[in-house]
Amino acid sequence: MTLDTLDGHRGEVSDPVGDGVASGAAPSGPRRIGWRVRLKADRSLLIMVVPAVGLLVVFTYVAVLGNIIAWQDYSPYTGFIDSPYVAWANFERVFSNPLFLDAVRNTLSITAFQLVFFFPIPIALALLLNSVMNPRIRTAIQSVVYLPHFFSWVLVVTIFQQMLGGAGLISQTLRQHGYSGFDLMTNPHTFLVLITMQSVWKDAGWGIIIFLAALGTVSPELYEAAAVDGANGWQRMWHITLPALRSVILLLLILRLGDSLSVGFEQLILQRDAVGPGVSEVIDTYVYYQGVVNGDWGFAAAAGLVKGVVSLGLVLGANRLAHAFGEAGVYQKA
Amino acid sequence: MSQQITRIPLEAAIPPLDVAADRTGSPTGKPVPRRRRSKHRPAWEEEPSRLGRAGKAAVLTFVVLAVVFPLYTVLLTSFSTPAESLHSGGLVIVPGELTLNAYTQILSGGVVTRSVLVSVGVTAVGTLMSTTVSVLAAYGLSRPRSFAHRPILFIFLMTMFFGAGLIPTYLLVSSLGLINSYWALILPGSVSAFNVVILRSFFMGIDPAVLDAARIDGAGDWRILGSIVLPMSRAAIAVIALFYGVGYWNAFFNAILYINDNAKWPLQLVLRSYVLQGVTLPGASSGAANVTQVAVSPLPLQMAVMILAVIPILMVYPFVQRHFTKGVIFGAVKG
Repeated sequence: MTLDTLDGHRGEVSDPVGDGVASGAAPSGPRRIGWRVRLKADRSLLIMVVPAVGLLVVFTYVAVLGNIIAWQDYSPYTGFIDSPYVAWANFERVFSNPLFLDAVRNTLSITAFQLVFFFPIPIALALLLNSVMNPRIRTAIQSVVYLPHFFSWVLVVTIFQQMLGGAGLISQTLRQHGYSGFDLMTNPHTFLVLITMQSVWKDAGWGIIIFLAALGTVSPELYEAAAVDGANGWQRMWHITLPALRSVILLLLILRLGDSLSVGFEQLILQRDAVGPGVSEVIDTYVYYQGVVNGDWGFAAAAGLVKGVVSLGLVLGANRLAHAFGEAGVYQKA
Repeated sequence: MSQQITRIPLEAAIPPLDVAADRTGSPTGKPVPRRRRSKHRPAWEEEPSRLGRAGKAAVLTFVVLAVVFPLYTVLLTSFSTPAESLHSGGLVIVPGELTLNAYTQILSGGVVTRSVLVSVGVTAVGTLMSTTVSVLAAYGLSRPRSFAHRPILFIFLMTMFFGAGLIPTYLLVSSLGLINSYWALILPGSVSAFNVVILRSFFMGIDPAVLDAARIDGAGDWRILGSIVLPMSRAAIAVIALFYGVGYWNAFFNAILYINDNAKWPLQLVLRSYVLQGVTLPGASSGAANVTQVAVSPLPLQMAVMILAVIPILMVYPFVQRHFTKGVIFGAVKG
């Protein structure tokens, strides 16, 4: 189904003249050419695809086979073949491990928190920017707010440390004026707020692109007609602008839900040491520490696999949900 | 601003003649003082209230400052003398004595210099490779009725739904013997199916008549790609290259995973370790004999490392600005 929508070429395959009975069964279209001929004709195209397919096959498809160690007592010295098979023991350990459950809880609470405090901000910013009349000012502001999206997480976290950390600018200034400073970077109680601020700083500007695009498709005549009929600014926003954004908002919301087990891995792993794993350990960081750092490979692979499978289910479910709401779904967008 | 203030009492005394001003009367029924209308504002739209306008300006100013101000202090501090930094208690806000010392020190050999070279090298090679491979694949997939088109496309699309996972990927890279190799920073993520699909849909948008004409003239697919498709899609390819480039430049976790040798660290890891984690730079100046141990406080040095990490982004940013929002990706995202 994804292939069909992605191509948009389905109509080409089915013969429009095929009013006969077995349009699918009879291979006797006038364009049917033997596969040898087609292989020869498309040889160059196939050669062009080879490098990319090779890289994907090795680093995704072959790599995915490595998940068999989730059913093994794997050790790098004995290898994939000789490591003993332990059935579901690793999975049982995963689900009975309080630290894993903590990581799941942290992941979900970060997702929920960001859904409430991050998600609406790009929408509000887009509405605000859209109401700026001067195109020069609008473009200038846009250029500035997109910029941090292209910064690395190391840079973003470092900038926050320099501003809000214990030796950061704000703390220093407070101390110079006789107040006590603070260190937001190491305070577990405010960690959710901190990482949400970081996400907003880095990506809110980027997030407005898609909303501005949706706003750009609204016909100005609608606004004009409403204004002539006496609708004030708020009424026009409520009855014209927001309905125009509804489908985009719904789609992004659904997709975000499908992605809810993946929260800022790079962002969190950078700050785990400073703030402690109690609040910053999410499923992905837990997998990394258990596997690569502690060497409990089978266990970590099992935990990662559980997350991967659930995530895949969520993504597919989200896409289906989006279709159910009459939206195109993300995998058709391209 | 001051002009407006002086004008208020005058106009408030005179009943408004302007129709637009009349319609936008305030809820209390009092006439709203006329202001200069923005020439971009449509005629039917009422002027925003003074309060609303001020609030909007305040919010937008705050947003812009929140991005610009940290960058400004970091930049300024990197150009300040250590004394200046000490004097202001850390980051410098008001420009004082300026110097290039921090930059000459970190760029005259040593850890930072080496990491910049590593990052530049990995980014250059990686971007070139990823872009070439993606362009080839996108063109190879751009004719929906070609041989085995669907199964091959399926191989690409599937990777958008699942990844191998961190542990299996790590084990694969290590069993390929790529630990401590720069290729480990390039190969595992070198092809993004998403980018291939974007390029492909761009190629498919090229007028088939042009390509057919070339084919009739005897051009093969390599020739068509090189002489027609590539020149016609320079901007699209550049945007994709840029995405890959920014990705390679900003990556740090793959280096944590695969590079154990500090001497091979990319810049982002150096930034993490010497700025974020506050490890003192070992011999930031030791590489250069001519630099005596000038007591440069670490802060300007650290800020200079941050600026080094930003510079390439800022260099390509105007291009992103120009091509991105209106360009290929945008069309693709809009669907």
